[in-house]
Amino acid sequence: MALAKTNAKANAETPAKIPDFSKEQDLASYRDMLLIRRFEEKAGQMYGMGLIGGFCHLYIGQEAVVVGMQMALKKGDQVITGYRDHGHMLACGMDPKGVMAELTGRRGGYSKGKGGSMHMFSVETGFYGGHGIVGAQVPLGTGLAFTNTYRGNKNVCLTYFGDGAANQGQVYEAFNMAELWKLPVVYVIENNRYAMGTSITRASAQVDLSRRGLSFNIQGEQVDGMDVRAVKAAGEKAVTWCREGNGPYILEMMTYRYRGHSMSDPAKYRTREEVEDVRAHHDPIEQVRHRILEKKFTNEDQLKKIDAEVRERVNQASEFATHDPEPDASELWTDVVR
Amino acid sequence: MPIEVLMPALSPTMEKGNLAKWLKKEGDAVKSGDVIAEIETDKATMEVEAVDEGTLGQILVPEGTADVAVNTPIATILTDGESSSSTKNTKSAKSAPPAKKSETPEPKSASAPAAPAQQSMSDPDLSAGTEMVTMTMREALRDAMAEEMRRDETVFVMGEEVAEYQGAYKVTQGLLQEFGPKRVIDTPITEHGFAGLGVGAALGGLKPIVEFMTFNFAMQAIDQIVNSAAKTLYMSGGQMGCSIVFRGPNGPAARVGAQHSQDYSAWYSHIPGLKVIAPSTAADAKGLLKAAIRDPNPIIFLENEILYGQSFPVPKLDDFVLPIGKARVARAGSHVTIIAWSMGMTYALKAAEELAKEGIEAEVIDLRTLKPMDSDTFIASVRKTGRAVTVEEGWQQNGVGAEIAARIMEQAFDYLDAPVARVSGKEVPMPYAANLEKLALPSVAEVVEAAKSVCYR
Ligand SMILES: Cc1ncc(C[n+]2csc(CCOP(=O)(O)OP(=O)(O)O)c2C)c(N)n1
Ligand SMILES: [Mg+2]
Repeated sequence: MALAKTNAKANAETPAKIPDFSKEQDLASYRDMLLIRRFEEKAGQMYGMGLIGGFCHLYIGQEAVVVGMQMALKKGDQVITGYRDHGHMLACGMDPKGVMAELTGRRGGYSKGKGGSMHMFSVETGFYGGHGIVGAQVPLGTGLAFTNTYRGNKNVCLTYFGDGAANQGQVYEAFNMAELWKLPVVYVIENNRYAMGTSITRASAQVDLSRRGLSFNIQGEQVDGMDVRAVKAAGEKAVTWCREGNGPYILEMMTYRYRGHSMSDPAKYRTREEVEDVRAHHDPIEQVRHRILEKKFTNEDQLKKIDAEVRERVNQASEFATHDPEPDASELWTDVVR
Repeated sequence: MPIEVLMPALSPTMEKGNLAKWLKKEGDAVKSGDVIAEIETDKATMEVEAVDEGTLGQILVPEGTADVAVNTPIATILTDGESSSSTKNTKSAKSAPPAKKSETPEPKSASAPAAPAQQSMSDPDLSAGTEMVTMTMREALRDAMAEEMRRDETVFVMGEEVAEYQGAYKVTQGLLQEFGPKRVIDTPITEHGFAGLGVGAALGGLKPIVEFMTFNFAMQAIDQIVNSAAKTLYMSGGQMGCSIVFRGPNGPAARVGAQHSQDYSAWYSHIPGLKVIAPSTAADAKGLLKAAIRDPNPIIFLENEILYGQSFPVPKLDDFVLPIGKARVARAGSHVTIIAWSMGMTYALKAAEELAKEGIEAEVIDLRTLKPMDSDTFIASVRKTGRAVTVEEGWQQNGVGAEIAARIMEQAFDYLDAPVARVSGKEVPMPYAANLEKLALPSVAEVVEAAKSVCYR
């Protein structure tokens, strides 16, 4: 919980002891996080080669958040987030090929090349975007939760947003309605300490974001977002709370992004040591890897095999995304209205 | 085989950069995430991180080299016998080839393909004996919503004061009683929030009708309308649409001052992905609102407070639905075409009566839908009359009248006997004083004068 302590006031509640993962859970989360890490590294490389254009926001460092939260969901639940969305899509089970091809703007991309890195959707896996306006996904996710209440199903919507987005007015408009109407929405605040170049302490009067729902009577807690077990445990608690009709819940995930805000960010607002410290002592993937080896769930060779399989999947995605044709010119005019 | 490290593009526009510094030496071990070099771009000094694990083999571009093109190999990394299939993409036999061309295929043609033609459609044929009932615009709108809510369980209404108060302008009167609080929902005063919540519900498959107490307040929500509602279908490659109606009174009301008196016709009809409807009669309001609720796209339905209480004949039919995107010839004539919509029609029709007294027969066209705009109907009319006047309460610059005039210029230039005239709201914030407010709005006299002037009378 070292990361959580970096915030001025930790939540009054002391977090319950984090339950251990089974062998299957450790291995599955290792593989899922590694897929995101390798995918993002590849995307960074392809950006460097000019194959990916515009803005490209990498998720490296934050993998435990989406992987742990996804372990708390069931089919029919919805996920929505902002523009740092590649990890969320992979965690939802979207095909890396389709995601990467969208990044390169090709016809086989999830949005036929018309959305780009920040705008992808997949109704069948429950992923509702992919939104480029900071904070806009918060009322949208609250609306998705509204559909669950309206239809009387027990589904829950995970609405992710950043520490920077937490300062948008519409977030609080949504909080108010969500609690007022007891909507099943978990607000997952990914506090990676920075909004572009602005650290949370320079932008927020209340830096404990788990408390941001208090004036609406929405409960929240801080979670070690670098520990996938802690994320899953908190996720299950929050999702159950929502499913049982108690209204929204806030989880503030204490996490960190290793790369710049987007590919063109020189990241001069923080020190190299700060990044190195998180990498060396809190890396979400290394933690699981360490555990797996310590508990002898498997050996180095088997992990290398997983590594190779993940790399192969990512390479196939980048191959596809490099050679898939651009959309046909006639696609310019399709899908404006239907 | 060594893996090449290429000079990366570190911004959307970077083509070359300076290799400022190597932070690793040949022979150093590197792992993914290690900073190996610093590069100066036109904007900043950036760090290059290794993606692969191994040993820094050869430095191909020494530090201090300026203007290194993107994609030039700058170093090699030797891997520790990883399976060759996992790294083969990035391997290359040559040690220092020139910068690689991006594999993005060149577009075949720079010019955009033609926009698809609009399909034509027409109003339903009313059989000769169709009974007409007189009702107000307000009642017609309410009936349209009630009928659609009976027909489709997923339709619901939300907005400020729509339920218990029965609507700030009483348009939702009786809906709460019939459909209950689950489907007729009072919201807090939170336009940005409830517009976004409505869009989210639409993305989730429901069909919300979002009432704005007036469209003046929808400016707080315009980001959700434009960025979330209008663009998602396109950005998702057609996968996820948004069937939602945003409705409420638009345009100048009476004596409420600048912040409560504005016409948003031009604002919303600028946006691809939206359909914009602005009826002037109760029949059109009913038929078009029913169509709007059924339509799978986001719709802006601009009503008018001053018209709410006016009565019109409405066909008494079980299911009266009108086509979106079709103008209506409200009065036939051969000398001049007057094009208007919503409240503008009030000025246009009165002006036509005045003009008739002086022997000028005006053809009055009610656009009804502003986007998609039915140019065919007014172009055909202008080709017949050779003269055109537009009427709107909104401001002139970049207004809907400007768009109509441009289309007439493009498609009926040779038929014109006079330049198109525009009657519009004056370009001032709406004043409060009764006399000034009157001056700021268009008037019947101005329409008459404009029509005469294009007729050189
Ligand atoms: C309304 C709006 N304002 C500004 C931006 C530009 N912008 C994009 S991301 C960003 C920082 C957001 O930071 P945070 O919410 O912490 O998310 P993170 O990038 O850390 O994941 C800004 C200012 C935007 N996209 N939308
Ligand atoms: Mg942040």
